Amino acid sequence: MEKILTTLLIFSLFTGFLAFLLTLAKKTIGNYGIMKVTINEETEIEMEGGDTLLSGLTEEKIFIPSACGGKGSCGYCKVTVESGGGEILPTEFGYITPEERERGVRLSCQLKVKEPIAISIPEELFNVKEFHPTVTAITDLTPNIKHIFFTFPEGEEIQFKAGQYVQLRAPKYPGNHEEVFRAYSIASSPTEHNQVELIIGLVPDGICSTYVHKHLSVGDKVAITGPYGDFYYQDSAREIIMVAAGTGMAPILSILHQMKAMNSERRTLFYFGARHEEDLFFLERMKEFESDLVSFEFIPSLSKPHNEADWKGQLGRVTTCLQRDLMEPCEREAYLCGSPKMIDSIVEVLIEKGIPEEYIYYDKFS
Amino acid sequence: MTFNPLVVFFAAIFTNNMIFSNFLGMCSFIAVSSDIKTSIGLGQAVTFVLAITSPINYLLYYYVLVPFGLEYLRYIVFIVSIAAFVQLVEMIVERSFPSLYHSLGIFLPLITVNCAILGVSLFMTIRNYNLVTSTLYGLGSGLGWMLAIVALAGIKKRMKMDAVPEGLQGPGITLIITGIMALAFIGFSGIVQIS
Repeated sequence: MEKILTTLLIFSLFTGFLAFLLTLAKKTIGNYGIMKVTINEETEIEMEGGDTLLSGLTEEKIFIPSACGGKGSCGYCKVTVESGGGEILPTEFGYITPEERERGVRLSCQLKVKEPIAISIPEELFNVKEFHPTVTAITDLTPNIKHIFFTFPEGEEIQFKAGQYVQLRAPKYPGNHEEVFRAYSIASSPTEHNQVELIIGLVPDGICSTYVHKHLSVGDKVAITGPYGDFYYQDSAREIIMVAAGTGMAPILSILHQMKAMNSERRTLFYFGARHEEDLFFLERMKEFESDLVSFEFIPSLSKPHNEADWKGQLGRVTTCLQRDLMEPCEREAYLCGSPKMIDSIVEVLIEKGIPEEYIYYDKFS
Repeated sequence: MTFNPLVVFFAAIFTNNMIFSNFLGMCSFIAVSSDIKTSIGLGQAVTFVLAITSPINYLLYYYVLVPFGLEYLRYIVFIVSIAAFVQLVEMIVERSFPSLYHSLGIFLPLITVNCAILGVSLFMTIRNYNLVTSTLYGLGSGLGWMLAIVALAGIKKRMKMDAVPEGLQGPGITLIITGIMALAFIGFSGIVQIS
């Protein structure tokens, strides 16, 4: 009995002492004081030294895109370091290309700030804010795709360009132990500032999409940050080719809303690819756009319709439609949104058809 | 029986090499031996941690565990103290020697669980070394481990172009090489006696 008590006592004292020692060390050795961060040579913020750059920036309400929440597994939170910050860490190698390394690009979630540091980030990121909207409606578009309305509380307003995306936070829920952010393009009009619509498809084993499809209900409060992204509507006189599949319709819808608000008369062809009849959605909305916009045409294309005789639209892949429709040369620009594989094959066709690469805008998602 | 600390130091490198005579610390030995530079980094980190943890564990054992008759606790106490002190050392190195931290940084937390580290602490208590001998034994074992992994990395580099049978590629051929190296190291045995 005595031995058990001594063991317990000595071992507790021992581990307690070590815990004390480590806490003390973190307070003294691991304490770097307050560090200054200079952003784009003009803005200066102060943050707790020893913390990661990402957490320091988030604290100052500067939101760098990050899907994994700072674990170094998504590679989105890149910033360019002008001075300070030490050498690149082995945990960053996989996400930084050699050219980026030359320019000083680092992952802000891995970089611990231990000296004054100067960084540069895209100017638009200053416009990124955190919002706490409420879910006001959820509708099923297809068996796997939901259309969700988020309404902002009084005082919160979003300003974005048609085509940009926001990040939605998936909290912990039964079966998911980590908080993650996932990017979704805004489907609503940029003229609406107190509401956004997202189109979210169910990804097998996807953390955020499972949350949205199985756990989110009307009345829930969520956290989103945004807007992000350099895929947005460009004003010009060129003819527009739009291509999307599945949830890729979201940014295109936003662009169409914008064009409608501007009474645009640009000739616009929207190719929408799907497999079966039930994968098509928003056909009514597209009819409305066709009557509201002077020269807009919606071209749905099914690769495997259940009932070929009844299907009146295009048959086959979007690439074949493009090959056929873009015969006569013309000044064009293109907006593509879909999987990397689909985008790569379509970019190839468009370049072949004489659209300069700099006029092909796309948003790849996997 | 007392031991000459210097003899123990050299014995730990050559005749009683952690890898070739005890086969301890094999996991990282096999996994991180593909590049000479990296294996030097890991070897340095192991040496560093061994040289620090063996005197600490010596003091813990003889001034805390033995007086209370708790020798049987040494396994768990050694592991906890190794883990804690590696953390502490990591913080100090990160603060004071950034370039050293940069080359050792990712290895330090890894070798907390390297069984060669625990092995050294246990051997020194089993063999009744004194404080100086234990420290030199720790340092020597670390250098021996580094010698072994760097030698293996060198051999692996020369073998890159060789046609190794498919089933033996990777860890298989590595274990065979290690066995042959261990045979070569038997040549040193009998020179000194340390236990």
